[in-house]
Amino acid sequence: MTDSNHIQGRIDWITVGFYVLFVGMGWLNIYSAVYSPDAPLAFSDPAFYESNAGKQLVWIGTSFVLIICILVIDFRFFESFALFIYLGLLLLLIAVPFLGVTINGSHSWFKFGSVTIQPAEFAKTATALLLAKYLNDPLVNLSKFPFQWKAALIIVIPMLLIIGSNETGSALVFASFLILLYREGLPGVYPALFIGGIALFVSSLLVPAWIILLVLVILAGLLVLFMPIYMQRDPKTYLRLSGAIGLIMTLALLVDWVVNNVLKEHQRNRIRVLIDPGFDPRGLGYQVTQSKIAIGSGGFWGKGFLGGTQTKFDFVPEQSTDMVFCTIGEEHGFVGVMLMIIFFLGFLWRLMYLADLQRSRFARAYGFGLVGILFFHFLVNIGMTIGLMPIMGIPLPFFSYGGSSLWSFTILLFIFLKLDSHRSDMLSR
Amino acid sequence: MFTQRRNLIFLFFGIVGALFIGKLFFLQVIDDTYEKAADNNAIRKIIQIPFRGEVYDRFGKLIVYNTPVYDLYMIPRKAVVKDTNHFCRVFRVTKEYFIKTTQRARAYSRVKPSLFLKHLSKEDFASVQDAMVDFPGFFFETNAFRTYQSHSFSNALGYVAEISPAALTDQKDDYYRQGDYVGISGIESFYEETLRGQRGVKYRMVNSNGVEKGDYKNGSLNINPVSGNNLYTSIDLAIQEYADSLMQHKVGSIVAIEPSTGEILAMVSAPSYDASQLTGNNFSKYYQQLALDPMKPLLNRPPSAYYRPGSTFKLVQALVGQQLGFIGPGTVFSHAGAPVKCHGHGPVDLRGAIRVSCNPYFYHAFRKMIYDNTTGDTYERSAKGLQRWADLVANFGFGRKLGVDLGNEKKGILPNTEYYNSVYKGEKMWKFSNIYSISIGEGEIVVSPLKMANLAAIIANRGWYIPPHVVKGVGLQKSIDPFYKTPVKVGVDAKYFNVVIDGMEDAVTHGTVEADGRIPDIKMVGKTGTSQNQKGKDHSIFIAFAPRDNPKIAIAVFVENAGFGGSAAAPIASLVVEKYLKRKVDRKAVETKFMNMNYLPNVYSVTRKKAAPDSTKK
Repeated sequence: MTDSNHIQGRIDWITVGFYVLFVGMGWLNIYSAVYSPDAPLAFSDPAFYESNAGKQLVWIGTSFVLIICILVIDFRFFESFALFIYLGLLLLLIAVPFLGVTINGSHSWFKFGSVTIQPAEFAKTATALLLAKYLNDPLVNLSKFPFQWKAALIIVIPMLLIIGSNETGSALVFASFLILLYREGLPGVYPALFIGGIALFVSSLLVPAWIILLVLVILAGLLVLFMPIYMQRDPKTYLRLSGAIGLIMTLALLVDWVVNNVLKEHQRNRIRVLIDPGFDPRGLGYQVTQSKIAIGSGGFWGKGFLGGTQTKFDFVPEQSTDMVFCTIGEEHGFVGVMLMIIFFLGFLWRLMYLADLQRSRFARAYGFGLVGILFFHFLVNIGMTIGLMPIMGIPLPFFSYGGSSLWSFTILLFIFLKLDSHRSDMLSR
Repeated sequence: MFTQRRNLIFLFFGIVGALFIGKLFFLQVIDDTYEKAADNNAIRKIIQIPFRGEVYDRFGKLIVYNTPVYDLYMIPRKAVVKDTNHFCRVFRVTKEYFIKTTQRARAYSRVKPSLFLKHLSKEDFASVQDAMVDFPGFFFETNAFRTYQSHSFSNALGYVAEISPAALTDQKDDYYRQGDYVGISGIESFYEETLRGQRGVKYRMVNSNGVEKGDYKNGSLNINPVSGNNLYTSIDLAIQEYADSLMQHKVGSIVAIEPSTGEILAMVSAPSYDASQLTGNNFSKYYQQLALDPMKPLLNRPPSAYYRPGSTFKLVQALVGQQLGFIGPGTVFSHAGAPVKCHGHGPVDLRGAIRVSCNPYFYHAFRKMIYDNTTGDTYERSAKGLQRWADLVANFGFGRKLGVDLGNEKKGILPNTEYYNSVYKGEKMWKFSNIYSISIGEGEIVVSPLKMANLAAIIANRGWYIPPHVVKGVGLQKSIDPFYKTPVKVGVDAKYFNVVIDGMEDAVTHGTVEADGRIPDIKMVGKTGTSQNQKGKDHSIFIAFAPRDNPKIAIAVFVENAGFGGSAAAPIASLVVEKYLKRKVDRKAVETKFMNMNYLPNVYSVTRKKAAPDSTKK
């Protein structure tokens, strides 16, 4: 047992420094995105607190209150109550279609007075906690199928509920738990299949089927060439290889069918915009085109703080929420975005380093869950602004405007920092 | 367990990060199309047209100024017209116009303003003001067009019109854009760069809806428009209008110059046109009509029309002959041997020859000038003699541009050796007998009224002139090109002018000028001319200056198809001179007679014959 007086000394100030840096930079970019050169708002002006920049200031302030709360709660609370938190979030996710309100076409928000909360944002934290708690059991061995199955269930239930409320982007975030599971012993074949599947999906959209077939046959030939002689002589080898090629080709052909028949119109178009950048630049391709124009026009050094024209004058939709990266790109140029990416990767590295220091599997698994979620947001959010990923409503952690997003990432991060500050008190069971 | 997996995971992160940085490097540093796209997106360049300079007469009276007009613009996205009929009634447009213009504006841009209606007057603007609240998406911008105080100076002023496609592609410094207005002729064209001022440019930032959001880069790139410089002309508007009124029912020119300064006091081209009709919405209709008119009202005759000088050219012959040393005040030629006829008088000396305009006299004088050189046959001697003569005559401004500050000045023709070589297709193909017509101002020589007025000024100054000009000062400093301040010597000594001026005085008092051309209390000296042309009755020409001592005005009057110089041109010139020197005309009968004199029937008979362009040319 220890007392909370020592928290201060044990909290990882490097991580906190990254957090403060990101939130501060994010706020400056939101301020710039809503800044209007013909009518700048003063901080003393009440109207300022009606703008995104003003409201974000309020969100940042309340986040500090949340941080204090998390730091004073007993560290064992999170492990002990993980299941209750998870079930509570599931209840909210079930309730949201009935009690929620619709914002930006997504019926996934609760409204309390002027504050709107999106439970999907918090479901990630709850899932990470329960998954970590489940893995804390030393009997759980992820190389065995029954445990894999149960872990998958923990992830898939909230995911399906979120898809149900039309938040495909938020649901896809749950795929990031693969990183947690992989670190905790899931066989490498799963992430390999996942990445291979995505590669197959993308290539089947980009190139004709016969090229995929050609590549596969060449790969198989090379494989045969380098395999031991006894395998080369075994006719079963060729049967298996042909079977694998056939399976992959079937999947590749299935992709077209899925894209054309399973996906919804807007999802199909988002993918189409990705592979064909010139597709409908005024309509569906507008967001990607404008986002690329904004970032591309920043040049090497950028246009300077408040100097951007594209993000400021509403050419880029959602420029303070999901598209806040455009403002960084336009105003701070290549230098700015490069530093931002390097800092973010450094931040992730620091978190993984801390996670591996944990003595309890619970804290470690939770740490990798956190890293996975942050990385997935980073990947998709920046990827979509530069045209490498389809447009999904996924915020850039700590940078993007939005209460739910900032709160949920703050909670996610500071639970880990709280656990980390008690790492010497935790025994691995 | 599995600790090495952390490195694998981070390797994956690193690959993604590197991929992003690579893509960003391509987007931001290598590919510059996005930069341009961004400027197209968000920066709107607004051209501000300054007011064109005004034009004043020599006493500071306004001749041309700008009237503000209002152009109506529409932004299709915002324009909501609930009641089209009401709209059309208010703006007095047809429904077809409304539909057509709206469609065109929509096709251009839904968010950018398009011109809807041009040139609403202040009154129209005021009358629609109250209705404007019913028509969101429509707004006015001020513009201006030229307004003319007087209709008597249109040809020399020139006009302003939308730049032609040809001029648009030919321009050197890429200043003009489609739809810009530019001076087309006269001083509007010559002083275009002075009058137009400096166009302003404003860079405004616009948001995605095309709404302006302030100055780009705090306006540091903006250029304020600078109004055009005013022009202070030497025109005496009263004389100009008076001279113009004398030229009604006539085709021709009047040019009056102040000899001591070269300043043009009046410049009339008849028939003329109403310059105010060539502004605004009437332009194309009225212009068509003028361009097709066989009387060529758009031609500014004084610097651009071609005539033979006729007998007025004998003054040049008298001066050049003396300077070359072939004739003197006492030289007498008989009529014998001359192929040109005289009007029935005895042998005369030089003074008398000018008084009676003796053709044989100048035939013989010219023959002496041409043939008096010692070497070669008659062909070679003609070539040599003509060139010596032509070199001296060229000093008077013949066969070249005087440099008047008006667009479209024509050079005229001063036939020299080279000229006849090309006409007769080779050297030694012509001699004096082929060219003697030019001795009396007929034949190949071609002049403009301006050149003849300048000749009168040269004689008044006894041997020099200042290049004639309309504008005596530009802008606040009233500065002027030193070219229009510098006297040009013609290379004939002052002493040779005495006998010529004496002859001109005699011509007015008891010579070729009829009684209507004499001013009782002003000593005007002049010379008549009767220009032959193949298409009809002779053109009547008179050049003069007055008073004889200390001349204040030199004048040339050309009246087409009006016959003998002493009967039409001389009286008109005398009226202008009298009006200028006395500010009033006492000879009311003469004034009334010549104001009402109509020579147009003679001109019609020419134009109806559908003969080729103006006059001359064999």
